[in-house]
Amino acid sequence: MSYSPVQPMHIPDGFLSTLVSVVFWTLSILALAVALKRVGRDLGERQMPLMGVLSAAIFAGQMLNFTVAGGTSGHLMGTTLATILVGPWAAMIVMTTVVSIQALIFQDGGLLALGANIFNMGLIGVTVSYFVYTSIRKLARGRSWGIFAGGALAAWSSIVVASLAAALQLALSGTSPANLAIPAMAGIHMLIGIGEGLITFGALVFLYSARRDLLNINESAPKGSKAIWVGGLVLAVVLAILSPLASTHPDGLEWVAGRNGFLEAARAPFFNTIPDYVFPGISNQALASILAGILGTLLVFGVALAVAVLRRGQKDHKHPYTDSQE
Amino acid sequence: MHHSIEIEHLSFSYPDGHPALQDINLKIAPCEKVALVGPNGAGKSTLLLHLNGILKGNGQVTVCGLSMEQKNLGKIRAEVGLVFQNPDDQLFSPTVFDDVAFGPLYQGLDPEDVSSRVKKALIAVNMQEFGQRVSHHLSTGEKKRIAIATVLSVEPEVLVLDEPTAGLDPRARRSFINLLRDLPLTMLVSTHDMLLVKELFDRTVIMDEGRIVADGDTLDLMADEALLKAHGLEKP
Amino acid sequence: MHIHFLDPYQPLKSPVHSLDARIKFILTVAFILTASLAPSAAWPVYILLLAAILAVEILSGLGMIYVLKRALLALPFVLAALPVIFTIKGQALFNLAIGPWLLTASSEGLARFVSVAFKSWLSVQAAIVLAASTRFPELLQAMRAVGIPRLLVGMFGLTWRYLFVLVDEALRLLRARTARSGQSRQAGNKPGGSLAWRAHMAGGMAGNLFLRAFERSDRIYVAMLSRGYDGEVRTLPIPAFSGSNWLTLGTGLFFLAILLIFGSLLWG
Repeated sequence: MSYSPVQPMHIPDGFLSTLVSVVFWTLSILALAVALKRVGRDLGERQMPLMGVLSAAIFAGQMLNFTVAGGTSGHLMGTTLATILVGPWAAMIVMTTVVSIQALIFQDGGLLALGANIFNMGLIGVTVSYFVYTSIRKLARGRSWGIFAGGALAAWSSIVVASLAAALQLALSGTSPANLAIPAMAGIHMLIGIGEGLITFGALVFLYSARRDLLNINESAPKGSKAIWVGGLVLAVVLAILSPLASTHPDGLEWVAGRNGFLEAARAPFFNTIPDYVFPGISNQALASILAGILGTLLVFGVALAVAVLRRGQKDHKHPYTDSQE
Repeated sequence: MHHSIEIEHLSFSYPDGHPALQDINLKIAPCEKVALVGPNGAGKSTLLLHLNGILKGNGQVTVCGLSMEQKNLGKIRAEVGLVFQNPDDQLFSPTVFDDVAFGPLYQGLDPEDVSSRVKKALIAVNMQEFGQRVSHHLSTGEKKRIAIATVLSVEPEVLVLDEPTAGLDPRARRSFINLLRDLPLTMLVSTHDMLLVKELFDRTVIMDEGRIVADGDTLDLMADEALLKAHGLEKP
Repeated sequence: MHIHFLDPYQPLKSPVHSLDARIKFILTVAFILTASLAPSAAWPVYILLLAAILAVEILSGLGMIYVLKRALLALPFVLAALPVIFTIKGQALFNLAIGPWLLTASSEGLARFVSVAFKSWLSVQAAIVLAASTRFPELLQAMRAVGIPRLLVGMFGLTWRYLFVLVDEALRLLRARTARSGQSRQAGNKPGGSLAWRAHMAGGMAGNLFLRAFERSDRIYVAMLSRGYDGEVRTLPIPAFSGSNWLTLGTGLFFLAILLIFGSLLWG
């Protein structure tokens, strides 16, 4: 039996331009530096064994598949589970480890492209998981259904948004036309995300009955929720940048911005560097408007979540693992 | 000359309230080899974890003349080598060398000293050639030997083992027994292997339900069938 | 001695295998970077790079077939770049009718597509050679030498160490499921249950695996504490980089730089 789950999100080398690779490497390194500092404070000496073994578990967990139809199977990526179990900062490091080892040992994803892959699955995946999960738990006001619905929905959303980021990187590199890559990636991952949501749901049910205490980690907002809000804002900006790509109208930016008031913030000069080509035959207007609609909704969602997190204020800093008998 | 291990009125309960140890009193002299036996759940493993401060109960625990306090923990952990049941939990570094070097490294020794300690420890367990091997590729017997090497490299005074012969085939078990016999350290070994006890340990302590119910000469205790049966043990 | 099917390291004796891991690591990244920076359609550059990596494959004893077989794994992703043939404007090559759409392939588009595929193929070969000729603990040391934080490298080491253990556990879970996945003797029963049920069961297995990983990490933490661990990651100092190492590294980097300059000037 060989290790080869379908991983359409791990971008190999050669597909991203050097500039895009370097930019996303920089972003990932910055995020990691912050995460390492935070995790050191939260977990202390425990952090290395805990995150190391959890990374191995996620890796192994990705082999647990289930048949979807005929020969295809669905399986777990694990971002949401990691976020729920150890909090967003540690989850970021855990996913970075998983993705790095996949690239180094199994050539699943490139080495130069690793920065972008870490960004997509580590940063974006974890941030979206965290936002969606905590928001739904708040909505459920502490009732248990919040855990399961939150986890499943968070799993689905994180996969979809991460795939959008990957499509964006491919488009910016000039490797895939934007108006094909974005819907294709999003479409495929909306389906794959369902599998992820279902498995995450099943895992949470098991953990709820076996070790409920492990699921209470994100009960209260850790100090520095502001940083997470910034993360959400970055996310919203990334999405905002996505939408004008869909249009090849020379004033594409203004055209889309006109239709959707949220996008005034986008900068025009930036978009001159984006390769300007489309897949012939697809009605740009129709596609652009559909995409603008989806992205506008996501943006609203993102901003609303950010506001909700901010409003929560500074609650007590809760350690995921209370210091042991030491 | 201090006792290697001196425990007075030690009691311990887990956070969930379960009383694991009740009024334990135990003195072990240097170079004594003592076996700890008893049914599962008797508290043997819990007791062992008190010997290097992983767990802290009520009562007095003194190891090699050092009392069990926060400030002594570093020194204590250099004097007590604790080897756990599952070698996979003990061998956590990429290579065998790294695992055996871990202890001396944390003691702050020079690189040359670390290397020589590793060499000595591997020779002591007869695994000299295994330095660059990856732990995952080793057999259970080999892993258990390396696990011992990982604590030997800190040159402890006391060796504490939890179920050392569990899971070993007869050949591996035999070579392991010979290994233990040749180590000139104080030893406290928790085990179900009654033949091992009879062969290597002059003194046996029987635990049951968190208490020490018998402590004395191995052969005398082994002869007392009623005592053994009462505490879930069988005569070898 | 059982070699885990997941470990890509091939224990052979070759000059490549015995080369310092730091050199291999840096040269691999430099090679991939060179391929990435090389302009589109700079065919001679790609071919020279290919010659270089094939030579290394032969020198390392891995053989071209082994590496090329593993390189096939990255192949499916190439589909993502396929549309580029039809979207980049240029000299028309041929027309393709798909349903209501008429697509025109351009020679520039085709050149771009082949460039992407070539670059990707070169890069993945380099990565395979690195993984197959370098023992992972040495790769960890190389990462430390390059400046990756100790905590991360320590974690990578732990992850790698327990990867095989946990994958074996996952396989045992899968095997247990297969053993219980029989068909009823009664006619008319559809085996397999619903999709949701299957996903749910897989989820339970994942939860189980994660829980065991947590508890294992507790035990490892205790083992680390027992040997004096205090939170800091301590390792032996990295051996010095010898003169001959510098020479080898310098030569490799020089070759790649020349290729890049040559390529950029002529095709940039």
